Amino acid sequence: MSLGTTIPDSKVPQGPMADKWDNHKFDIKLVNPANKKKFKILVVGSGLAGASAAATLGELGYNVEVFTFHDSPRRAHSIAAQGGINAAKNYRNDGDSVHRLFYDTVKGGDYRSREANVHRLAQVSVDIIDQMAAQGVPFAREYGGLLDNRSFGGAQVSRTFYARGQTGQQLLLGAYQQMMRQVHEGKVTLHTRMEMLDLVMKDGEAHGIVCRNVTTGEISSHSGHAVVLATGGYGNVFYLSTNAMASNVTAAWRAHRKGAYFANPCYTQIHPTCIPASDEFQSKLTLMSESLRNDGRIWVPRNPDDTRAAADVPESERYYYLEEKYPSFGNLVPRDVASRNAKTVVDQGLGVGPLKNGVYLDFADAIGADGKDTIEERYGNLFQMYDRITGEDPYSRPMRIYPATHYTMGGLWVDYNLMTSIPGVYAAGEANFSDHGANRLGASALMQGLADGYFVLPYTIGDYLAPKLGEDPLSLDDPAFIQAEADVQSQVHRFMSIKGTRSPEYFHRELGKLVWEHIGMARDQNGLEKAISEIRSLRDEFWSDLRVLGDADTLNSSIEKAGRVADFFELGELMARDALDREESCGGHFRVESQTEEGEALRDDENFAHVSAWEWHGADTAQTKHAEELTFDEVKLTQRSYK
Amino acid sequence: MSRILNLTLSIWRQPGPNSPGQFVTYPANGIPDDASFLEMLDIVNEGLIEAGEIPIEFPHDCREGICGTCGVMINGRAHGQEKGTATCQLHMRKFNDGDTIVIEPWRATAFPIVRDLVVDRSPLDKIVEAGGYVSAPTGTAPDANETPIPKEVADSAMDAAACIGCGACVAACPNSAGQLFTSAKLWHLNSLPQGQAERFRRTEAMVETMEDFFGSCTNHGECSEACPKEIEQDFIAYMNRDYMKSKVYNRKLAGQN
Repeated sequence: MSLGTTIPDSKVPQGPMADKWDNHKFDIKLVNPANKKKFKILVVGSGLAGASAAATLGELGYNVEVFTFHDSPRRAHSIAAQGGINAAKNYRNDGDSVHRLFYDTVKGGDYRSREANVHRLAQVSVDIIDQMAAQGVPFAREYGGLLDNRSFGGAQVSRTFYARGQTGQQLLLGAYQQMMRQVHEGKVTLHTRMEMLDLVMKDGEAHGIVCRNVTTGEISSHSGHAVVLATGGYGNVFYLSTNAMASNVTAAWRAHRKGAYFANPCYTQIHPTCIPASDEFQSKLTLMSESLRNDGRIWVPRNPDDTRAAADVPESERYYYLEEKYPSFGNLVPRDVASRNAKTVVDQGLGVGPLKNGVYLDFADAIGADGKDTIEERYGNLFQMYDRITGEDPYSRPMRIYPATHYTMGGLWVDYNLMTSIPGVYAAGEANFSDHGANRLGASALMQGLADGYFVLPYTIGDYLAPKLGEDPLSLDDPAFIQAEADVQSQVHRFMSIKGTRSPEYFHRELGKLVWEHIGMARDQNGLEKAISEIRSLRDEFWSDLRVLGDADTLNSSIEKAGRVADFFELGELMARDALDREESCGGHFRVESQTEEGEALRDDENFAHVSAWEWHGADTAQTKHAEELTFDEVKLTQRSYK
Repeated sequence: MSRILNLTLSIWRQPGPNSPGQFVTYPANGIPDDASFLEMLDIVNEGLIEAGEIPIEFPHDCREGICGTCGVMINGRAHGQEKGTATCQLHMRKFNDGDTIVIEPWRATAFPIVRDLVVDRSPLDKIVEAGGYVSAPTGTAPDANETPIPKEVADSAMDAAACIGCGACVAACPNSAGQLFTSAKLWHLNSLPQGQAERFRRTEAMVETMEDFFGSCTNHGECSEACPKEIEQDFIAYMNRDYMKSKVYNRKLAGQN
C-alpha cells in the first residue's frame, strides 16, 4: 500500500452544527429555474435514492435520464427492506429530536462517520415522512388516524415509521410513482434493461456513461452534464447475502476505475437473524426481521455431539450464550455483537441443524408466557416465511438462524455535496460511504437513500452545474465516448472468447467463500493476507477458465454476471487491503487483534479516526490510500459496552 | 432429512422475440428438496453450461417474493400450485420424485417473450405512468400527521399496495386482462385522502391505458387465485365504479356518494 495525500476538503460548511446545512444551501450556487432545462443529468439506478433524485430533479426542471438494468424501475432492491424508516419526528413525545437521532447515528456508527453529514441526515429525516405520506405511502396508522411508530434495533425512542413488514416496498413504490409522473411529463426519460458499464471522462470531468442493453447486447453512449450513481451496495461480493441476485458493484466500480475514490470498503454489516444456508446450491439468504430477538431466546446445546431434538435438550445442557455473557442486554445486543457470538459458537462446533451452521432462536418460553396467539399476531408472517423456506414449524421447534451479509457501509467517497472525487459524478444512497460510519442502525438505510435523493442532491448538484451554463453535453462522436464504447465491447468479447470450463456462477461462489471466510465477521492479519493472494489466484483462473456460452446480441445473463464477478474480484481484494490496513476494530469491522478483555471491538481513535479513501491505479497495482480525518465536535467518543 | 428428487422438466426455449420456440425436455436429477424452484433451475443451468449447452434464461432477482421479477407458468399455473406464493418462494419439497414439470413463460399478448422464460412486462409501467401517482412535488408536503387516516382505510390501501407487479394476474387470466394490477394501484391511491384530488382523472387515464394493452375482464377470478400477494378481486369492482363516475360530465361532483 502506498499512502496518498490527506483529503484536504470535504466541503463541510463552517458554523455551528445545527446551522451548517442551512448556511450551505444559501452559500452554494443556484441554477436559475429557466436555465435548469439546459442541463442534462444522468441517473444510474432506480431504487430509493435514484428514483427520488430523478423525480425531484425532473420537478425542478432539469432534463433527466434514468438507467436501470431491471425490466422495471420498481424492481430495485430497496423494495426488500422490511423494518421501517427512522425520522426525528418525536410523535411519541418520548424525547426524540434531531440532535438525538444525529447522536445515535454517530455513536451507532462507532464514530467513523462525518458529523456534518449525519446531522443533515437527521434534519431532513422529518421532511421525508411528510413527503412520503403526501405521495400516498400507506404507513401504519393508529385508530385515531395518526401515524404509528415503533422502537427498532435497540433504539431508546420510538422513531421508526413502517408499512407492515414491507416498508421498503411502499417507499420505493412512492418514489417510483413520483418518478413515473415525471416520465409522463416528459422531464424524465427512462431506460430500462440498460446496464452502465463505463464512465466517460474528458479533461478530468465526467461527461457521460456507456451502457449495454442487456436484452439486445447493443452498446450505447449517453452524454450529460452530471452523472448520479445510485446503484446500491456491494454485499453480493460475499455471494451469499440478503441482496437480490443482480445487486452488484459494477457501476460504482467502473467509476472507481476512472478515478473515483472508494471509501471504507471493509465496513460491511452482517445481520444476525437470517436463515442458514441449506446446501451448496443455496443462492441467497433470507433475512428475518430482528424484532424476533425481542421474544426469542438464542441458544445452542453445550455438547457439540448432541443429536437430540431441541425440545429434548434439558435446560441445564443449553448454552444461552448471549444471556450468559451480556446479562443486561441479553438477546438484544447490537447486530455486530450478536453476529460475532453466533460465529464463535458455530466455530466451536456447537452449531445446530444438518450442517451445524446455525443457532437456535427459541420461542417456547414466549409461547408459554404469552400464548401462541400473541406470538402469531406479532410474528405470524415471519414464522410463515420461515416455514415456507425450511419446511419446519417454528411454533413447535426453535428456528435456526445464522448471520448473513446485509448492507455495506463503505462505498464511493463523496464530499458534503455528495460529489465523488470525480467532478460531475455524484453518489447517493448505499452506493456512497457517507452517513453510517462503520455500522448502520436499523431503519436508517431507507432514510439515507431518500434523504440523498429528495433533499440533498437536488440542491447540491446546482453548485456544480451553475458555472457550466452554455456548455453543451459532450458530443457522442468525441474520442472519449468512442474509446469507452470500444473498451466495453472488448470486455464482452474477452468473456466470450476465453472458452474455459467454469461458469461465472462458479467463480462468484468460490470468491464468496473466500471473502466470507477471511473478510467476514472476524478478520486477522494472516487471514487477510491469505485472502489477497487467494483472491488473486482465483481471479487469474477466472480470466483463463471462464465459460460464457451463447451470443452477445441477445439476453445472455452469463455476460452480465461475468462483468459483475470480474468487478467483485477487484473489490474483494481492496476490501482485504482496507481491512488489513485498519488495525483496529470498529462497528462491522472486527480485527481479532484489536478487542477489549471482554471480547468487544476496540477502536484506536488516535490512529484510525479517519476515512480510508482508495485510489485506483490498475488491476495489478495496489491502490493508494487517502485519509480524510474525522473530527468530533458534538459527539463524545466512548467505548461501547453491553454487559 | 432432505430428500433427493429426480425430475423431468419440459421447458419452453425461444432464442429471441421473433424466433420460433419449442418445448425441450431436460432431466433434473439429484435435486435436494430444500432447494427453491429457482435454485433447481440454477442447478439445471450449471449442468447445461458444463455440457456446453446454452443455459435457460429465466426471470428472477430478490428471491424473497417482493421484487416481482420472477414468475413462470408451472404445470399450467402462474407461480405454480401453492397459493399466495411467488415462484421464488416455491420449494422443491412440494414436488415428488419422478414428477414431470412443465415450465412456460407468462402467456399474454401484452407480454412478448424476450427469450426463453423471460417476457417484457413494460405495459404495467405504462399504466402507472398514465396516472398511478399523487402529484405532490418534493418539498410541498404538509406535516404527515395533519391528515389523519382511519386505520381501516390505511390497512385497506396497504392490502392493495402490496401488489408486486409480477404480472401473474395477467398470465393466469383467460383474457390476459390487466384489471387486478390496475385496480390494486387505483384502490391504493383512490382510497387515501392524498389521492382524492386526482381520483377520477387517474382512474380514467389508467383504465384507458390498460385497455390499450390488455384484454377485458369477464370475472373469472383466476387473477386473485394466482396472485402471490392474494390481492382481492373486490378492487376491480371499486375500479369499475370509479371509472363510471369518472365519465360523469360534471366531474366536480363525482366525489360525492
